[in-house]
Amino acid sequence: MTTSPLRVAIIGAGPSAFYAAEQLLHQDGLDVRVDMFDRLPTPYGLVRHGVAPDHQKIKSVSRAFAQVAADPRFRFFGFVEYGKDITLADLKTFYHQVLFATGAQSDKRMGIPGEGLAGSHPATAFVAWYNGHPDFCDYRFDLSQERAVIVGVGNVAIDVARILCLSPAELRATDMADYAIEALSNSKVREVYLLGRRGPAQAAFTNPEIKELTELSDCDVIVAPSEVELDALSQEAVAEANDRALDRKVELLQSFATRELGGRLRRLFLRFLVSPVALHDDGTGHVSGMRLVRNRLVRSETGTITAEATGEYEELNTGLVFRSVGYRGAPVPGVPFQDRWGVILNAHGRVLDPETNSPIPGEYVTGWIKRGPSGVIGTNKPDSAETVQWMVEDAHAGRTFQPDEAAGDPEQRLIRLRQPRCISFGDWCRLDNLELERGREQSRPRVKFTSVDEILQALGK
Amino acid sequence: MKMESVLASKGPAVVTIGPTALLREAVAVLVKHRIGALVVVDSGRQPLGIISERDIIRSASAKPDFLYLAVEEVMTRDLVCASPGDDVEAVLRTMTMHRFRHVPITENGTLIGIVSIGDLVKAQLDAYRGDIHTLQTQLMES
Repeated sequence: MTTSPLRVAIIGAGPSAFYAAEQLLHQDGLDVRVDMFDRLPTPYGLVRHGVAPDHQKIKSVSRAFAQVAADPRFRFFGFVEYGKDITLADLKTFYHQVLFATGAQSDKRMGIPGEGLAGSHPATAFVAWYNGHPDFCDYRFDLSQERAVIVGVGNVAIDVARILCLSPAELRATDMADYAIEALSNSKVREVYLLGRRGPAQAAFTNPEIKELTELSDCDVIVAPSEVELDALSQEAVAEANDRALDRKVELLQSFATRELGGRLRRLFLRFLVSPVALHDDGTGHVSGMRLVRNRLVRSETGTITAEATGEYEELNTGLVFRSVGYRGAPVPGVPFQDRWGVILNAHGRVLDPETNSPIPGEYVTGWIKRGPSGVIGTNKPDSAETVQWMVEDAHAGRTFQPDEAAGDPEQRLIRLRQPRCISFGDWCRLDNLELERGREQSRPRVKFTSVDEILQALGK
Repeated sequence: MKMESVLASKGPAVVTIGPTALLREAVAVLVKHRIGALVVVDSGRQPLGIISERDIIRSASAKPDFLYLAVEEVMTRDLVCASPGDDVEAVLRTMTMHRFRHVPITENGTLIGIVSIGDLVKAQLDAYRGDIHTLQTQLMES
């Protein structure tokens, strides 16, 4: 065992970071101190900047995280950027272990011509924008377009589709950034397309998310009967799965095909068995439409039903495209990266040396930068438990960094020297209260401060 | 959930063995790495087959001097491989149905990983635990 207490630095302040902190602090017989860093002034990662603003219940998990932060052995340092304000070498001077929980900050690309045209965006950028992420609050999306097309049928895709279809009253009931509420209230988008590569039985969205679409006040949902009819392979797979939720999903989607239209302002088209193969340029570098290929389903050797292009094409005009084919992790300075999966090179949470494939003492990883973007918020709990188990075992065996015991407290000797305006958890609580107070005045869950300057100003920093 | 999210936190090492290695060598490698199967590859790392504890037990019951057989005499040749984009659930069902416990992962014919049924069960279990935890949190906070 190292000289106690065990000092741990966590880089990132999203769900996986908080679950790991909670589990470290709850280890029996482990004298531990946890310092958590985030490059943003605010904690909670995608709970604040990813979860849809009309899904407040999901965001309530942050209350559990605040309880973790209340532990006197825990400190939060917001607005301190790893790689810029503090480096791995700095951390090795003060801490025994570093846990990277930096998430998946960039997006996957479709890999088709025209993807980079103006008007073609990552859905993740739109999500960050409407949620008031400081890096995205100056983004602009051309909502004067009549038709928007979203590529993908996962949770992010369906969030984006729903947000584009909300009425001004529905928008005002959320904690969406003010600028986004204004832009979306004046949106000219009337038709929203969601494009799924495979069929309805393989779509990643969940039943509550589909049901929500039927409850939108300003939007009709339209599905072509031919695209929700199950082919023989899907019928077989659905029967084999014997899963009531899946049966219900297929039923729900099929019911859209026969549903009466309400003559509402907007129309949401759910399309299946299509993939974009190219985006078209209108001649000025802006997207004007896309070419779609129709797919059929085939079964792989291991039983996965995948899409295969038929060679039959169609055109879809649009000036606004959101690709929602997944988040992807970005490399972290000084730490080995596995480009194939977009994660830090690791085995079950221990960072590996790329030369030897053996664990590097003191370096760990959790969450999406460990396993890639998968699961719901709670999936990070078992994921962090696995990493923390290794951290504890390695600490007991003395496999840690060897910090300079005379270096003193990192807050005074490192962090405040590099970033005098760093944000404590107490600062965040003040900001949180200010946001909630502004929300109460407008009968909204919260009114966010968005840019870094605005946040620092509100806190008098 | 896709196979790639299981592979991402397993590290890049895939333990392999050549077709002419002896079974006693294969046993030593299995014990050293505490695993249950080895992908048998040619010099270009193209998978030729898989040799598992099962294959070794089977040959042990048939031949007393089984430890001196070559891996290629004992290995399972008709390999079922998965892709990184395959659904974990579908692969698990296939493994259960056809009763095999290890599946090599290939991309464009090249071996990039191997997962065991244990890896997949753990991944599914963690996914369910995560879903339950999320639902419980929402119920408690509402």
